[in-house]
Amino acid sequence: MSLVAARGLVKRFGDFTAVDGIDFEIYRGESFGFLGPNGAGKTSTMKMVSCISPPTAGTLTVLGQDPKTKGPQIRARLGLVPQEDSLELELSAMDNLIMYGRYFDLPRAEIKRRATELLEFTQLSERANEKADNFSGGMKRRLTIARSLISDPDLLILDEPTTGLDPQARHLVWERLYRLKSEGVTLVITTHYMDEAEQLCDRLVVMDRGKIVAEGAPQALIQQHSTREVLELRFGMNGHSPRADAVADLADRVEELPDRLLLYVGDGDEALAAVHARGLAPQSALVRRSTLEDVFLRLTGRTLVD
Amino acid sequence: MALAATLRVFPAGAFGSRRAVHMLERNALIYRKGWYFLVSGFFEPFFYLLSLGIGLNHLIGTVHVAHTAVTYAAFVAPGMLATSAMNGSMLDATFNTFFRLRVDHTYDSVMATPLSVEDIALGELSWCLTRGSLYSVSFLVCMWALGDTQSAWAILCLPIAILTSLAFASAGMAACTFLRSWQDFDLVMLALLPMFLFSATFFPIDQYPGWLQLVVRATPLYQGVALARGCNLGVFNWAMAGHVGYLVVMSFAGIVMTSRRFRKLLTP
Repeated sequence: MSLVAARGLVKRFGDFTAVDGIDFEIYRGESFGFLGPNGAGKTSTMKMVSCISPPTAGTLTVLGQDPKTKGPQIRARLGLVPQEDSLELELSAMDNLIMYGRYFDLPRAEIKRRATELLEFTQLSERANEKADNFSGGMKRRLTIARSLISDPDLLILDEPTTGLDPQARHLVWERLYRLKSEGVTLVITTHYMDEAEQLCDRLVVMDRGKIVAEGAPQALIQQHSTREVLELRFGMNGHSPRADAVADLADRVEELPDRLLLYVGDGDEALAAVHARGLAPQSALVRRSTLEDVFLRLTGRTLVD
Repeated sequence: MALAATLRVFPAGAFGSRRAVHMLERNALIYRKGWYFLVSGFFEPFFYLLSLGIGLNHLIGTVHVAHTAVTYAAFVAPGMLATSAMNGSMLDATFNTFFRLRVDHTYDSVMATPLSVEDIALGELSWCLTRGSLYSVSFLVCMWALGDTQSAWAILCLPIAILTSLAFASAGMAACTFLRSWQDFDLVMLALLPMFLFSATFFPIDQYPGWLQLVVRATPLYQGVALARGCNLGVFNWAMAGHVGYLVVMSFAGIVMTSRRFRKLLTP
């Protein structure tokens, strides 16, 4: 059964089209991702799915209902982690959760019970009575996640859950989200980090300029749109173009980035040996597996994070 | 009270829901930690009342209003009551709303819950009114204790103050949605200060030249001042129905405008 279904979904702001006719379906229990660079239309899509922003055109069903007429009823069953935490900074972590639970008409005793559990889950128990203002970025994000879970939602929507966090804080958030996922919570995640998408998403759509350019499981997308391995060559400044021609026949495809050449090949070490055999001496060389970043580059000719 | 009455006139209770009460809860929770901010709003007009009532009272003596001679303190007190209703609700409706709208994004986080735009607007207006009403009640008690109430009708000053609060809160909230930065608040002060000084608050309106009287009569604060002064004296006339009508229309327009603007800003 699909929890969210969109057909020809469009969002326009004046002359600007943020979301340009997209179709997707999200099923119960899966972890679904929207991967794309900034400005791809991910957040606009999330705002429509969370029944905050009305679609300009197309049809959208969330939890089997129409957001146009059933916004409050649908939102009662959603959890949202927005890009900006927007916590009540003057209130303690506990009071943040209690207040948020009240917006959902939950009884105080029940909220208190859930809040204690959620603070435990997000590893904030020890700072439960401290003002949210004193929290680090990672703690604020975890508190926002705890807040979004207070209503025990059927669908949890996370808009860029780890943007702006340091690596350690990111991993802590990922680990918690992974636990939610394994508990069967349906997750919808937007991200411009391909590693985040690969780790957390069962299935994802790749978005660019308001459109969906690919859809599938991360590994399937990589297999479909890229080679098994990638050989990265750096030749120093301004030396890439002539060399790109010189190695073109060694790879399925060669991408030229400002600072390096990417050779899409089945066997990276073999290709590197061939490069050396031709007397080309790159300053550095790296063999790695293909990632979603390569898929995006293939489909759009641009990188995810610029 | 006035808000409930206003809302009853809205078509089929289409405006907001019971959930609006959670905005009151939210503000109460925030102010529980900063109750002294609430108290400060009361003292400003009260100090005016003391300084003008006790200080200027000796210099000026009596003032003639509606063919009645009253002490200057009794003259100025209803003006201060209406002013405190205006200031109290404008402060909440503009500064705090702006903060929650643009700086803290409080409303954005509330929009992800079952509350609707109308619930937020209704809840915030109710909060302004609750706060304004508390100020008005305590101010009226002070007026009475200082001997500045002139008749039993003075009790009607309370609903007048609440109506004045509602008119300014709803218009102020609507206006604040247009403000882009803190600098724009100078515009708010630019509107409030002359109103405070010249809306027949400190001296009778017939002190002005004829054309200026017309300008003053058109300002919203004048309506509240004239009503409060009439009620305090127990002197009523048909012009007061006009004043009430003015404030009711202003409240309506403000509420409609506020929810439209909130819809535009919060559900982009």
